[in-house]
Amino acid sequence: MNWNALFENIGQHTIDGLAKGAIFALVALGYTLVYGVLRLINFAHSEVWMVGTFAIFGFWSLLGVTDNPPLGTAIMLLLGGLLVGAAASGGTALLVERTAYRRLRQKNVPPLIFLITAIAISLVLQEIFGLWQGRLVVGMPSLIKRETVLTIGNAEINNIQIIILVSALVMMVGLDWFVNKTRNGRAIRAVAQNPDSAALMGINKDRVIMLVFVLGGIMAGAAALLWDMRYQITKFDIGFVLGLKAFTAAVLGGIGNLRGALLGGLLLGVIEVYGATLTQSTWEDVFAFVVLVVVLLFRPTGLLGESLGRARA
Amino acid sequence: MKRNYLRALGGVAMAAALIGAAGCQDSGSGTETPSAQCGGTIATFGAFTGPNAGLVIPSLQGSKLAVKQFNEANPNCKVTLQEFDTQGDPAQATPIANQIAGDQKFLGVIGGAFSGESKATMPIYEAASLAMVSPSATNPELTAVGNKAFHRVVGNDSTQGAAASVYFKNTLKSTKVFLIDDGTTYGAGIIKEVKAGIGSLFAGEDKVQEKQTNFDATVSKVKGSQADAIAYGGYTNEAAPLLKQLRAAGITAKFVGFDGLYDPGFVSGAGAAAEGAIVTCPCLPADKAGGTFAADFQKEYGVAPGSYGAEGFDAATVFLEAFKAGKTARADILAFVKAYDKQGVSKYIKFDTTGDVDKTKVVIWAYEVKGGAIVAQSEIALS
Amino acid sequence: MSQGIRGVTGAIGDRWRSLPGWQRFVAYAAGVAFLYYLPLLGIPGLTWFRTDYIEGGNSWAGVLFLCAVYVLIAIGLNVVIGLAGLLDLGYVGFYAIGAYSVALFGSTQSPVVQWIQQEFGLGTTWAVAWAACIPIAIAAAMISGVLLGWPTLRLRGDYLAIVTLGFGEIIRIVAKNMKEVTNGAEGIGAIPGPQGAPSADNNIFGLLDPKPWYWLALTVVLIMVFLVRRLENSRVGRSWLAIREDEDAAAVMGVQGFKFKLWAFAIGAALGGISGLLFASRQGFIQPAQFDAALSILFVAMVVVGGSGNMAGVAAGAVLLTYLPERFREVAEYRNLAFGVALLLVMLFIPQGLIPSRRRARELKDREKEAPANA
Repeated sequence: MNWNALFENIGQHTIDGLAKGAIFALVALGYTLVYGVLRLINFAHSEVWMVGTFAIFGFWSLLGVTDNPPLGTAIMLLLGGLLVGAAASGGTALLVERTAYRRLRQKNVPPLIFLITAIAISLVLQEIFGLWQGRLVVGMPSLIKRETVLTIGNAEINNIQIIILVSALVMMVGLDWFVNKTRNGRAIRAVAQNPDSAALMGINKDRVIMLVFVLGGIMAGAAALLWDMRYQITKFDIGFVLGLKAFTAAVLGGIGNLRGALLGGLLLGVIEVYGATLTQSTWEDVFAFVVLVVVLLFRPTGLLGESLGRARA
Repeated sequence: MKRNYLRALGGVAMAAALIGAAGCQDSGSGTETPSAQCGGTIATFGAFTGPNAGLVIPSLQGSKLAVKQFNEANPNCKVTLQEFDTQGDPAQATPIANQIAGDQKFLGVIGGAFSGESKATMPIYEAASLAMVSPSATNPELTAVGNKAFHRVVGNDSTQGAAASVYFKNTLKSTKVFLIDDGTTYGAGIIKEVKAGIGSLFAGEDKVQEKQTNFDATVSKVKGSQADAIAYGGYTNEAAPLLKQLRAAGITAKFVGFDGLYDPGFVSGAGAAAEGAIVTCPCLPADKAGGTFAADFQKEYGVAPGSYGAEGFDAATVFLEAFKAGKTARADILAFVKAYDKQGVSKYIKFDTTGDVDKTKVVIWAYEVKGGAIVAQSEIALS
Repeated sequence: MSQGIRGVTGAIGDRWRSLPGWQRFVAYAAGVAFLYYLPLLGIPGLTWFRTDYIEGGNSWAGVLFLCAVYVLIAIGLNVVIGLAGLLDLGYVGFYAIGAYSVALFGSTQSPVVQWIQQEFGLGTTWAVAWAACIPIAIAAAMISGVLLGWPTLRLRGDYLAIVTLGFGEIIRIVAKNMKEVTNGAEGIGAIPGPQGAPSADNNIFGLLDPKPWYWLALTVVLIMVFLVRRLENSRVGRSWLAIREDEDAAAVMGVQGFKFKLWAFAIGAALGGISGLLFASRQGFIQPAQFDAALSILFVAMVVVGGSGNMAGVAAGAVLLTYLPERFREVAEYRNLAFGVALLLVMLFIPQGLIPSRRRARELKDREKEAPANA
């Protein structure tokens, strides 16, 4: 355990961890939304995100983007990427819901069947992209040159980290507002609390469920954009590890709880960077899981408790 | 009552049919005996599909090319190359080894492509006195266990690690070298050799894992060490994002990878960040490879021979020469391989007693990524 | 389609159960005899089924061995998923523990054995005998099952899934990183079988012929099928069913959920350990990369596709998912896609599995009726 390396640069590691965790948090929202409403884990969500990363990559390469374009162009490309990513991920999520999950819901099958179906969907999506785009990492141009913009102590915060953290927070606040303050959001909360009563109140449950999948997909699309901007790579099976982390983040914060997903994601990112610094990068997953188990032992419903329906309305 | 009788009768008839059928065995395809005076069948196994196929396909293509050219030149000495896909998984390679060993038509084995599957199946091939010639399994341990069947036409990781240390000291004149590996047999094995070779230049190390994409912690460690050179043992999928993140963080230290990165996918994956990266490989530059190999390969497949393409060609050639010399029994071919002593396209091929290619014949080249292509830079002197 | 398959398997099942005892016994005996005969399969016409029927096909007996090992795993995982209703996504962890038990204690190449040799002045050829590794493997798997289950079985089903998935990954990462104990990513060779370390001199469980290994694995499978069947029909088995269907109601009836769940976990783990041991002994070589999460998911798929809760079903699932990709190697690059699509279709159209347990099919039917109209 290299405590020295950790504490000498603790600020830097914390910032790195937060920026890493912000992406987990955005993906975690997809798990949490679906779980909050359907009480089901949508294990295919990681592939919904993966499709987003490829869609944005395709969009950029179609336009023939090269490294470090002028700022104006870069911003346009990022906004365009956001639209493309959100459309691709949201569309994929919707497709998955309509073609597979709805059928299963009508049969009211046990959660296990959902899980295996989701795994099968993941596999199919992964293989489609693996066969189509190859099995190796696909590189992308860097749109924004990384520069240190802020130095606190010996922690250097760069522009990309700020963009990631700010956009993740904005998306999160927007979603929170949508769920808590709008009419559609009220419908989501109603279905989450009690589907049957909600139906009696004239809420179209299928529409709400579709909305939830699309919202989760849009968040995944945003995460895909931040990912492509930050890491500039994607791969057919990249969703597996990230999905695992995002789901862990959702459970850590309390699955079904939007603010919990944010807290869980950020915390998990920080824990992983601390863990990798203390030992070696190869142990970071072990740290993540051990923390998860410990938290669940003492707070079985996650840090903030699970409640989408009972969200502070 | 009557139905019961019928059932019983049916049961007896079924049993009789089964026993009768068991009596008249169809030998299946498993026991074909070699009949031709010249030629025969060679098996090759490796990860021909799956995520690591990219590293293996060029050597398979090299072997295929060798066999094709041989058959064209010797119409009355037909050689067949049978592929067995293992996806690089030892669990799949073992029953395949049983199949190859049990089928007498197979007279030699090209493979395995990876070290794990080679290690798992070596004892089986040894017991069947089948010669193995691997184009790309580089783990030093493979030739250290005293297996009689295993040979390779490629330098092992310890030679490459030693060469890289020489390169750090003499060519780059590095003062501090940071070591990173992916924890695989291959990556960790090479880095162990480099660590021993560079001695006091060692500045720190980190282990990453397969499928990792975020390397913040590694970047911090490299930064903290103030290294002026980095050695990475591993493959493209982790190296490309790692290198991108190192460069984005403003680290300009020279990046040195090994044959696992001798892969066009690495250059396209890492993009501009790959510029100036060094890749060492115990493989000759295509234009230096003997004869017309590079041109032939280009013509046949429309791409330049990638990693181990020339080695795949050489591995097949060893067996083809054996057939040419009229060997048709496994033991004779094994003896022929052990005594093999000829110029190949990748290097001069002659095996020492452990199955490694003669140490003095191994050449390690340094390649540099320049303008989006892997270009030969210089041969690394091993002494 | 779903009605058809359910109808056919159901009709066969009913027909079967109405047969007199002696006829069933004869049929069982014939079936078992056929299973033992299978690696020699040479009946004209049926040879088409052999995996070495195609060029570049895999060893028939070798594939059968793998099928048998996976059947054992499916039976073990069925205890956890099908009978007790606990979703375990980290079953590969127990499989790895079983495999590593025999490797670490039975192989002269293992750092553990080498340490014992040095510490107690034993010769360099000393290692724990294969037979003694069996209880070690079972105990190690059971203990880890209890250690994993003790804190996590109190969690709800979905959390259990992610925690077990993490457990499986941790076992693999630890095996890869603890180089001093497990030899790291390089793996361990020279793993012994019933006749000791692998060598060309072993006349039965040797290197070249996988048939005896298949017969050994088949025998273990048959014994385990018998034992688990007894268990299913015992008080423990009925408690599992009660927990699976309604844990609260079961608790009211005095069934201690936690205790029986822990039992299910431990028994499932032990079966996983035994299969790991068989696998490692036959392979003679293992490395951590062989025990990844994808394998766990394959195991769960075997159980669910076959028909969770029904031993014949999960066995069929295991055989099909192992056998089909081997027999149809031609599709090579598309194998995984085909697997995914097939899995998806099975789940959408026959979610109860190919050969569902009668009770399970009934449960699913009930749920379908309970489903609100607008769901």
